[in-house]
Amino acid sequence: MSHETVAIIWFGLWGLIWTMYFVLDGYTLGTGMLFPFLAKNRQERNQLQEAVGPFWGGNEVWLITAGGATFAAFPAVYADLFSFLYTPMMLILFALFFRAAGLEFMHKDDAPLWQKSWKWAFTISSFALALLLGVAFANLFYGLKIGPSGYEGTFFSLLHPYGLLGGLLFISLFAVSGALWVMLKTVGEVVERAYTVVRPAAVVAVVTLSIFFVATSNRTSLLNNFTKFPILWIIPALTFVFALLMLLFVWQKRIGLAFTNICLTIFTLMATGFIGMFPNMLPSRINDEYSTTLFEAAGSELNLKIMLGVAIVMVPIVVGYQLWSYKLFKEKITKETAKGYQ
Amino acid sequence: MSDVLLLSRFQFAITVFYHFLFVPLTIGLIVLIAWMEAQHVRTKNPLYRQMADFWGKLFAINFVLGVVTGITMEFQFGTNWSEYSKYMGDIFGSPLAIEALVAFFLESTFMGIWLFGKDKISPKLRAFSIWMVALGTNISALWIITANGFMQNPVGYIEKNGRIELQNFWEVVTNPYAWHMFVHTVVGCYIVGAFFVMAVSAWHLLRKQHVEFFKKSFKYGLILGLIAATATPFIGHKSASFAAKMQPAKGAALEAVWETKESLPFHIIQIPDPENERNIVEFLTIPKLGSYFYTHSFDGKVVGFDQIPKNERPNVNIVFYSFRLMVALGLYFVALFWYGFYLYRKNKLVESRRFLKLVMYSVLLPYVAINAGWVVAEVGRQPWTVYGLMRTAEAVSPISLSQILFSLVSLVLFYTILLIADVYLMLKYAKKGPYTSTATKGGEVQHVS
Repeated sequence: MSHETVAIIWFGLWGLIWTMYFVLDGYTLGTGMLFPFLAKNRQERNQLQEAVGPFWGGNEVWLITAGGATFAAFPAVYADLFSFLYTPMMLILFALFFRAAGLEFMHKDDAPLWQKSWKWAFTISSFALALLLGVAFANLFYGLKIGPSGYEGTFFSLLHPYGLLGGLLFISLFAVSGALWVMLKTVGEVVERAYTVVRPAAVVAVVTLSIFFVATSNRTSLLNNFTKFPILWIIPALTFVFALLMLLFVWQKRIGLAFTNICLTIFTLMATGFIGMFPNMLPSRINDEYSTTLFEAAGSELNLKIMLGVAIVMVPIVVGYQLWSYKLFKEKITKETAKGYQ
Repeated sequence: MSDVLLLSRFQFAITVFYHFLFVPLTIGLIVLIAWMEAQHVRTKNPLYRQMADFWGKLFAINFVLGVVTGITMEFQFGTNWSEYSKYMGDIFGSPLAIEALVAFFLESTFMGIWLFGKDKISPKLRAFSIWMVALGTNISALWIITANGFMQNPVGYIEKNGRIELQNFWEVVTNPYAWHMFVHTVVGCYIVGAFFVMAVSAWHLLRKQHVEFFKKSFKYGLILGLIAATATPFIGHKSASFAAKMQPAKGAALEAVWETKESLPFHIIQIPDPENERNIVEFLTIPKLGSYFYTHSFDGKVVGFDQIPKNERPNVNIVFYSFRLMVALGLYFVALFWYGFYLYRKNKLVESRRFLKLVMYSVLLPYVAINAGWVVAEVGRQPWTVYGLMRTAEAVSPISLSQILFSLVSLVLFYTILLIADVYLMLKYAKKGPYTSTATKGGEVQHVS
């Protein structure tokens, strides 16, 4: 296996790990965003906490792994991405603090102010994470203001309409995912409330997705790779098919299938983005010669091969015990039995 | 020094120090909880289960903050030290990625299983889950220290394509510097965990509440602490003398050695004066002992600062006093644990109010000691970020002053909020004591607070 081949494999793995993160944390962030609107009393909050409690930590590690994999396999991309996007990265970090502490600390004291503060910390952070990650990845698809001496933009130059559209897209997709997850995992009034939320959210998600694709084809060069290899159109086409199926199943109240399809929508959406970026990892909007490709950024051949071996052994093991934990907690959570984070 | 560099260093120091307030307790406490769970499986005595539940709750509060403050560390290499990351990433990034794949997934997933499943799953599965968490936290320490070990003693690399590239993975993972630090750090963490359990238990024992429960817990802390604290001077000594051999500047700073000397004496009381390159006070001197500490020979030659260029020296005062503080505390812990052990054997523990108070008021000292140890390791390596290869000044990101000010102020603000909440919750739940359980007919355990 040549250095180039193993670098390309790592680009695929890199995309896959990020995609896993968005699929998995999507429902956690969605549950977080909708939290105060679905749960109206402590018992119901317990239900929602318990719906994500056993899994959110493991989900977030996909993000940490994505960061670590970027660092290990593409050091130059890790260094530039994090320092170019300094302010949004810090905001993501702060949101991660309060998402975690909000969820776990909320019920650890009975003072109303304490509970209210942490509840909203959880909700607002979940919302902010979806928005920021959406804006960040939309900007990666769009291209950054990278010139000969590095990043020439500011934080606010990321907030162009396409970037914000990406943020809105993530928010709507994750909201649908969260609402469906709550419906899958719990019973009672929260499910009814989730259902009233998920229908408009699903419509918004499909509409936003359509606008996003139109904007992508008009405003970015992301689809060039698809024009070059038309067979690849199947991926974005599938995104639409899954999104529409999700909508259909939401209306038919077949929640398991709807959830499967929202996950597949997110999966193929991210796949479309990463295929479109290839071989760039840090595309420049100013001039393609300032872009960083995966080949320029790749770690040494030996490092990539060893890390590939580690990933091939460890990822299936991780997926294995994570699946097992889902099986362990497959029972629906009722108001009466839910304990949440005590 | 540019402001961005200075503030970035300051931010890194604050955030790593903060992270390391939570990590040692995570690593130390989980070992005790794992032991309690194993005892529960073995004896079926519900007391052990209550113990695991009580300490597990405190563990969980601490664990969350360890996780979130850890993410800051992973982000910061990129945000604030991008030049470092570009130059070193080929070797430094892999241990971090492996840490996530091997350790973080394990601890997070099984922590979720334990926390939400503990009333549903079998005692064996409970024990298994918590053992996986314990394994995860300890493996995580190994990989992050492997990464740090490379910064202390770069091995298995080749300089190529304008950066450091991996040449021998085996050398990186068997780096003796890393293994010395790993063992030393982990036993230090066990002392933190042991002390924490003993101090909380002492608080309750002083009030004569839940006596059986906290006597047992105290014993667990005592045994782990006794072993760890007794081993630490030997492990620490090996670690320090190895560090001094590999990094002579750090070595010279440990005892503030200004002139290269054979048969170096050791001064119990010593005040260095770095400006004039001498010690103002050298008192209670033991001849030749200094050489023995460095070289295991009373006549051994010890390299002093006269052989080290000025621009390759760390801040002597910080390293010297941190090292002294750590060693003094380490010896204090040995005495305290052995005295506690004596009282325990004589069955006088609960009556020894003064000792219990001493334990309680000493609870923060292991944190001080372990952080002082890391100050020695990290400040002692300066001005290098990677020893001999890259200076800290070359490692910093080309970011603006406003960016670093924004992040520094926000981090301090948010970390303060989180720390206040954490301390409040830890004290609250530590004081609340265990749930008293009553077994119902069905064998189910119901909780009555």
